[in-house]
Amino acid sequence: MIPAAFDYVRAGSASEAIALLGEHGDEAKLLAGGHSLLPMMKLRLAVPSVVVDIGRVTDLSYINDGGDHIAIGALTRHRALETSDLLAAECPLLGHVAGEVGDPQVRHRGTLGGSLAHSDPASDLPAAVLALGGTLVAQGPGGSREIAASDFFTGYFESALADDEMLTEIRVPKAPGDGWNYQKFNRRAQDWAIVGAAAVTVNGGTNVALVNMGSVPIRASATEAALASGASAAEAAEQAAEGTDAPTDLNATPDYRNHLARVLTRRALEAAGVS
Amino acid sequence: MEISVTVNGETRTGDVEPRTLLVYWLRDDLRLTGTNVGCDTSSCGACTIHVNGESVKSCTMLAVQADGEDIGTIEGLAPSEDELHPMQEAFRQNHGLQCGYCTPGMVMAAVSLLEENANPTEREVRLGLEGNLCRCTGYHNIVKSVLACAAGETST
Repeated sequence: MIPAAFDYVRAGSASEAIALLGEHGDEAKLLAGGHSLLPMMKLRLAVPSVVVDIGRVTDLSYINDGGDHIAIGALTRHRALETSDLLAAECPLLGHVAGEVGDPQVRHRGTLGGSLAHSDPASDLPAAVLALGGTLVAQGPGGSREIAASDFFTGYFESALADDEMLTEIRVPKAPGDGWNYQKFNRRAQDWAIVGAAAVTVNGGTNVALVNMGSVPIRASATEAALASGASAAEAAEQAAEGTDAPTDLNATPDYRNHLARVLTRRALEAAGVS
Repeated sequence: MEISVTVNGETRTGDVEPRTLLVYWLRDDLRLTGTNVGCDTSSCGACTIHVNGESVKSCTMLAVQADGEDIGTIEGLAPSEDELHPMQEAFRQNHGLQCGYCTPGMVMAAVSLLEENANPTEREVRLGLEGNLCRCTGYHNIVKSVLACAAGETST
């Protein structure tokens, strides 16, 4: 399969990419690692007339210690997250989840910013950043703004990014230690999660985010509230599917996904040391 | 669009449509047909090549994205006409292939895997090759081949 024809422009910097987006509007798409966009273009699910390649904007590939948080350049590849000593020490959930994406070939190309901007509710990394309560930095023609992860995912493959904005940085709070876990349920290697659950203790509370339980990655807020009021992990996990809207597809019915959400949340909480 | 790519150590140039996938440029324009197209959807790994030394599925990369990069294909792996790369030799000695269709991708993925983890466990090899499918289901000997190569058990 070959994508439909498009004009290709290579941006040398974030500002140049934003100017190109401003020029071409919603006809343009940013190409980072390409491992979400190109498959959709082959299937004609995405048919941009202009592709702005930001793959060479290498100054947006970094993992830095920001004091109380870790700052990650939007074009940092999954493989770099997976092998980062800084993340292993200060935010092991994120490094681990990056290593659960796709397969090694995909992780050599895919980027954190690309995965988040793609906003696929079945992806691993959006749920991890949501569980951590991360902050996304978007740059547009008027400057930069910060978007809370909880406000970023607005719909199925839709985000809070404007047509002329791009992600430049992702900030996650430090969450060192063993208080985290990610449960990914699928039937075949390299597949997307049928359901996933990320649990992490951060800033004194326990957060849980779910993969593929609705049109966006979603926090298991009933479970979190139950934990905060003293419920056990097993009790709190029983409420994991509350407020979700699980999709149906050839892998699973909503009922089955609700069941998976409860079981995976319990497992994730227990493995994270929440009893 | 004009591109200039280092392929197996040589500078190769071409004029490609932006939508040309890297694998088709390699196969159809450069006639490097050792890289196979299997699923064409970045699932099967038959088209695995190296981009700056790392395994990548060349059906999910545009040729224009390879402009200026260092690409390695299965044709460039062996040191000479009469000598195989140790990974190729390991596959030969351990019968790491049946029909052979997945083999170039498997070998390229395996070489990249050992670059990142020189002494993997069997589980790490299996996980490291999860992006490569063998429809003959010949995984046992493929894993054996990679472990043999890592252990330096192949005589070349």
